[in-house]
Amino acid sequence: MTGVPLIEVEDLRIDLDDGSRRVAAAEGISFRIDRGETFGLVGESGCGKSITALALIGLLRQPLSIGSGVIRFEGREIQHLSAAKQRELRGNRIAMIFQEPMTALNPVSPVGRQIAEMFVLHKGKSWREANQLAVEALASVRVPAPERRVKDYPHQLSGGMRQRVMIAIALACGPDLLIADEPTTALDVTVQAEIIELMRNLCAERGTAILMISHDLGLVANVCRRVAVMYAGRIVEERGSADVFRSPSHPYTQGLVASLPRLGSRAALGRTRLKEIAGVVPAITAFPDGCRFNPRCAQATGICRTVAPVADLLEAGGLVRCHHHA
Amino acid sequence: MKLRANLIIGGALFALAILVGLLAPWLAHTDPVLDANLMNAEEPPSWTWWFGTDDQGRDIYSRVVYGARVSLTVGIVSQLINSVIGVALGLSAGYWGGWWDDVVNGLTNLMLAIPSLIFALAIMAVLGPGLTSLLIALGLTNWSFTCRIARASALSLRSQGYVQAATVLGYGDLRIMITQLLPNMLGPIIVIGTLGMGSAVLSEAALSFLGLGVRPPFPSWGSMLSDARDQITTAPWLSVFPGLAIFLTVLGLNLLGDGLRDILDPQSRSRRS
Ligand SMILES: Nc1ncnc2c1ncn2[C@@H]1O[C@H](COP(=O)(O)OP(=O)(O)OP(=O)(O)O)[C@@H](O)[C@H]1O
Ligand code: SF4
Ligand SMILES: [Mg+2]
Repeated sequence: MTGVPLIEVEDLRIDLDDGSRRVAAAEGISFRIDRGETFGLVGESGCGKSITALALIGLLRQPLSIGSGVIRFEGREIQHLSAAKQRELRGNRIAMIFQEPMTALNPVSPVGRQIAEMFVLHKGKSWREANQLAVEALASVRVPAPERRVKDYPHQLSGGMRQRVMIAIALACGPDLLIADEPTTALDVTVQAEIIELMRNLCAERGTAILMISHDLGLVANVCRRVAVMYAGRIVEERGSADVFRSPSHPYTQGLVASLPRLGSRAALGRTRLKEIAGVVPAITAFPDGCRFNPRCAQATGICRTVAPVADLLEAGGLVRCHHHA
Repeated sequence: MKLRANLIIGGALFALAILVGLLAPWLAHTDPVLDANLMNAEEPPSWTWWFGTDDQGRDIYSRVVYGARVSLTVGIVSQLINSVIGVALGLSAGYWGGWWDDVVNGLTNLMLAIPSLIFALAIMAVLGPGLTSLLIALGLTNWSFTCRIARASALSLRSQGYVQAATVLGYGDLRIMITQLLPNMLGPIIVIGTLGMGSAVLSEAALSFLGLGVRPPFPSWGSMLSDARDQITTAPWLSVFPGLAIFLTVLGLNLLGDGLRDILDPQSRSRRS
């Protein structure tokens, strides 16, 4: 394996243009994902997870834009690539699956055709070949009787089946990175576990790296080797998953871990919202000075209210952004 | 689902008109142009002359049958041109927005402000009479409703999950418009198209009535009405039968359009699935 990470984000800042001024919806975002690695992004609703993912695939649209920073894919900067070049990456090298399996498929097109389109679009296959490959792709996500299922329309499939189809579409071209943004929140718990398992296995078989995004630390830690915790547009802690649980370093992460149901029942209770930390996430336009977590932090002191903490490297590996971290 | 009378009656009338046009050589009793015979001029309807004859002794039935070809060709082809223009403009404007949307909106408002028949008349005046001119004039002047609908659909569809997903999967704009947006707005477009065909048949009649349509002596329903104008009291059958043909065809297309709306309407569709 080379030393070049698959994807590397350096000091990324995402601007939100609210008409009169530009505010940072996310800033100082840095992380790297190696080939075949699994990396998680966790945090409460609105902390900036999805926009970070959109920045990676070049799909931030007004009023959001990349303010500064660098995104490298296989060592090559991609944040300024032309629209056409970015399109070649999307769906082909970097794929993404969404929160909403119910609406992410075209209702008037048979699912087989939607899978086949990927081979036609990115691999230059003929429709005949592509249709054949679509059957195989559907079989690979363990959809029974794929030859018949390819002709089904989305509304004929259950939520779990649709999410399998989404995975088949996303993995069709053998991407190097799969971004999964809350891929299972809309599904019920048992289906959720199946889908996650399927996604993890397929990616492991093919050496596809995963960037998994969720508000659920338990779920993410279960799938990913490393986890970054985001709060109010910043990464506050980044560690190996096991370390995060054993010794969370940032007070926010500590709160998250404490609010989790006990180990063992973790996957089963994946839908539990992280509401146990008192207070709410501040709005983008009203981020507090200093550490953005200070109004909710029990350990906050004077410095926390004025000076933004920088990222400290931890001895055991990883980093944390807190003046008084454990 | 209850039996939809409008769909069935409308579809039957339209299908009948098309069949008549297609089978004209077999249905007609005489050649519509050449078989003039002053010996049988202005015969009223009878067993021999079903719809009567005109002042040159031509069989009105045969002329009405052949006239279907012109009326339907103009109706269908010009509406197809309108639909293509309307969808192309409206879809791209709704999806892209920005200055292009402003341009298309301006054009659409202009088209809506000028009555399309007047506009078509102006084009005909420039191009001169004839079938091709008719197709162009009517094909360029009645796309504004299609455009409006296509634009509104594109606007609402572009935020749909599957359109966003297609962007994420690396689809280009054109591919998104054709595979994701167009099929999902086809219902209303077809309804408008069907109704538009009806109005194109009427416009053809109006333009031909004004002498701007197909060149005589080849029959179209509108030009037959125009020819019959002077004899409306002495030989009313000259006006009645082509008029009836126009009426039934337009009625059929309107009923069909209504019927299609009932089944293609997105709300009734979601109720079904
Ligand atoms: N198109 C937009 N216009 C304005 N603000 C936006 C837009 N998209 C996102 N934001 C803001 O950016 C912030 C980050 O949004 P993002 O969608 O990344 O949150 P998230 O962490 O993915 O949350 P969730 O868990 O709810 O998906 C939010 O405060 C949101 O209000
Ligand atoms: S910097 Fe201060 S306020 Fe922020 S998390 Fe650390 S202790 Fe709490
Ligand atoms: Mg999100």
